[in-house]
Amino acid sequence: MSFEWLNPLLIATALLLAVIGAVRRVKLWRAGQPDQIDLVAGLMAMPGRYLHDLHDIVERDKYMSKTHAATGGGFVLSALLIMLVHLLGIDSQLLAWALLASLTLMFVGALFVFKRRLNPPSRISKGPWMRLPKSLLAFAGGFFVLTLPAAGVLSDGFMAQTSGVLLTLVLTALIIWGMGELFFGMTWGGPMKHAFAGALHLAFHRRQERFGGGRSTGLKPVDLSLATEVGGVLGVAKPTDFKWNQLLGFDACVQCGKCEAVCPAFAAGQPLNPKKLIQDMVVGLAGGSDAKYAGSPYPGKEVGHAQGGPDQIITQGLLDPETLWSCTTCRACVEECPMMIEHVDAIVDMRRFLTMEKGSTPNKGAEVLDNIIATDNPNGYAPASRTHWAADQNLPLMKEVREAEVLFWVSDGAFDMRSQRILRAFVKLLKAAKVDFAVLGDEELDSGDVARRLGDDATFQNLAKRNLAVLSQYKFSTIVTTDPHAFHCLRNEYNDFGSDALEGVEVFHHTTFLNSLVQQGRLQLDPFVGGKVTYHDPCYLGRYNGEYEAPRELLRSMGIEVAEMERSGFRSRCCGGGGGAPVTDIPGERRIADMRMEDANETGAELIAVGCQQCTAMLEGVVEPRPQVKDIAEILVGQLVDPTAKGLAKEVH
Amino acid sequence: MQPNSLQLENLKIVTLVSVGKHPQSGRVRRADQDSRAVELGLTLAAQNPDGLMVLHAGDPAEPGLRSYAGMGLAAINVLQLDPAADAVAPLGEQLQQSGADIVLTGVRAESGEGSGMLPYQLAEKLGWPIVSRVADIVSVNEGVAEVLQALPRGQRRALKVRLPFIASIDTAAPAARQSAFGPAQRAAMTVTVVEAETDTVRQSWDEAVARKRPKRLKVIKAKTAAERFKAATAKSQSEGGRIMKKEAPEEQAQAIVDLLIEEGVLR
Repeated sequence: MSFEWLNPLLIATALLLAVIGAVRRVKLWRAGQPDQIDLVAGLMAMPGRYLHDLHDIVERDKYMSKTHAATGGGFVLSALLIMLVHLLGIDSQLLAWALLASLTLMFVGALFVFKRRLNPPSRISKGPWMRLPKSLLAFAGGFFVLTLPAAGVLSDGFMAQTSGVLLTLVLTALIIWGMGELFFGMTWGGPMKHAFAGALHLAFHRRQERFGGGRSTGLKPVDLSLATEVGGVLGVAKPTDFKWNQLLGFDACVQCGKCEAVCPAFAAGQPLNPKKLIQDMVVGLAGGSDAKYAGSPYPGKEVGHAQGGPDQIITQGLLDPETLWSCTTCRACVEECPMMIEHVDAIVDMRRFLTMEKGSTPNKGAEVLDNIIATDNPNGYAPASRTHWAADQNLPLMKEVREAEVLFWVSDGAFDMRSQRILRAFVKLLKAAKVDFAVLGDEELDSGDVARRLGDDATFQNLAKRNLAVLSQYKFSTIVTTDPHAFHCLRNEYNDFGSDALEGVEVFHHTTFLNSLVQQGRLQLDPFVGGKVTYHDPCYLGRYNGEYEAPRELLRSMGIEVAEMERSGFRSRCCGGGGGAPVTDIPGERRIADMRMEDANETGAELIAVGCQQCTAMLEGVVEPRPQVKDIAEILVGQLVDPTAKGLAKEVH
Repeated sequence: MQPNSLQLENLKIVTLVSVGKHPQSGRVRRADQDSRAVELGLTLAAQNPDGLMVLHAGDPAEPGLRSYAGMGLAAINVLQLDPAADAVAPLGEQLQQSGADIVLTGVRAESGEGSGMLPYQLAEKLGWPIVSRVADIVSVNEGVAEVLQALPRGQRRALKVRLPFIASIDTAAPAARQSAFGPAQRAAMTVTVVEAETDTVRQSWDEAVARKRPKRLKVIKAKTAAERFKAATAKSQSEGGRIMKKEAPEEQAQAIVDLLIEEGVLR
């Protein structure tokens, strides 16, 4: 055959170009800030992370996981064998047959990719992604025929004899197309970039603790000393202000749109689409415009006008700040992302710049932050009035008792009359179970949750340190709170400030704690007879802390069979109250809380059980008629069998 | 337009700031009216950032000053003086030297004496006009500023004032922009140490937490919704009072004393 030299040359060229592209791409990522990552350990762990952590998420969609395993696995194997058989020219029928098998696997997988793309759902991106299945088929098909002679199926002379030059030309075209997409495109920014960047992203992920079934949801603190350093900036102003592995993470996006499908802000018609946001970050890190983006836009915003570059301010041209302020930090996108990209981290990083450098927190944001700074609560109430809600409760104060088994973290619900009902219910349960507990009273401050989500990490850190200083004075083994946001801060975000106040202390959400009391038989409950009940998972309890079971078990202990909403558990839809979203209040077409109430209505429930005062407020804000909304503590109190005051409990509810 | 005549673009604006105190927590903060004065200064000097100087007389290490800086100030000028000293004289000298065209202050401070006398004392010392309770400075043309003075119930009075003048800023002025942590930390404190006379009168005072002033009983006379609406919105028509312009000062003073006795303030 006269063209024997051609194929190895083509393969070598494609691989060389791929390597050049890879070096260029790595340079783009390395323009980001340094991060402490063990590179070697990460690379070693990468295949395992791909096969377990990533695949577990893809496995939620069985069709796609099988398709991807066949296509991706077939491709990786084929690429290795192609190098052996066609590039190095190792003459082995065994290798050739293995290559034929792996190409067949890849081809079959690619057929299913093709099938999915025939009538694609709106969440997935079109554009170059529509060509990908065809490129995969071209690659697998082209190399398949090319490998037949080496496997001894066709004689070497066959090609020259029969259609000769024409077949050679067709095959060459196919493998150039295939390798163009799969080798060259992988590092030069085609759809296959996800494989290259994705693999490295798994190796160098900023939250290594997420792998192996772990959970890592606490935001990373800002180094506030940057404020006074020359050229220092708080938060992320330009793409290069991200950590380098965050930039790498953005590049790993496959534009599958799973995030878009679950984003409450997107569904509400607010100008946020997590997929587009990540793609805009890619535009930022590589430079250029979003004109080539072929997925759903930010609702109400036209695609094609965003311009960015590694050293350009993101919110000046690339991203409308409203996009960042639409996020409720519910983490549904992160939970759903098969590439384990951290959307919320990126959004809060950029909010930090807007709040701490530009002073442009929208709407009531600035006022709320001012209040938190001046009075340690978001509504500017007198700090000395924090315990007024409990004037009739006779609560033991830590300042007086100095030691208790349980510290009841009251949270800012203390200032809100609706939340006070939850607090009272919980206190009643604690007393009924004879728990040795105490509260901090006026020594307790806002947990800093809202300040942190609004990007004011300075205020969060200030509150955290002062809270820790108070906590360190007292002895207790457990903290319990009715507020999942405070729970998250205390459990996951207070550990970064070098205090031992929480060392050996277990932090519980009240549903977890109450469940253990019920399991121990310390609370006697009557069966609940009040119609159908559904349960709304608070984001900061569920996705942030993995507690889905205790609230359900509590409800079961009252004989309640939870009528689950379509989106529940880790897929629960946000109430719209997180991340300071009610404060920044970016307009949309619908309200997130209304959509959540529709979810509840579909179950036909008469009562929504909730475990969060913020969710309670948001869901009760939906116009009637709608199901009743009650915290689980309130439902429990209604069913409490209190031998001393049986009649009384009945009277109250 | 004459070049370099007193137009907005080349005015020298000085905003005087004091250390505020939050009404609920008593914590140090930027004073509400003073920060509105800074806001107005920033708006007026939008074209010419060097045209605004923010001036404080007191302790440069005072953390409350940082929250003014967070509004985007590159520097705050501080006349460092003894806490017991009277700030009027050094402030007056500084204003004279700096060639200020417009001096903005709050109506009264949230801490210290809080008497609201400082702008008047400065105006007296400098011989400049003072406009109290300003809501906005609309324009400056050929050395004359058009100023909106805030009156009760949202009413405004348009005034023309010749530069230089002092304006005390009312709570009706636009709210201060957000104070951001980064710029607040970065701003320079330009310190000038000054000597000033000790405020001997003040030294003899005891400071105590303010009691709420007794409020006059509100007797609702309106019978219909229209009357209530009018009472809530219309300019109050003074009833039963007397305008005394030509009478002798003794007579005017006596009338005030009589009224105070009648109202039960003096017994």
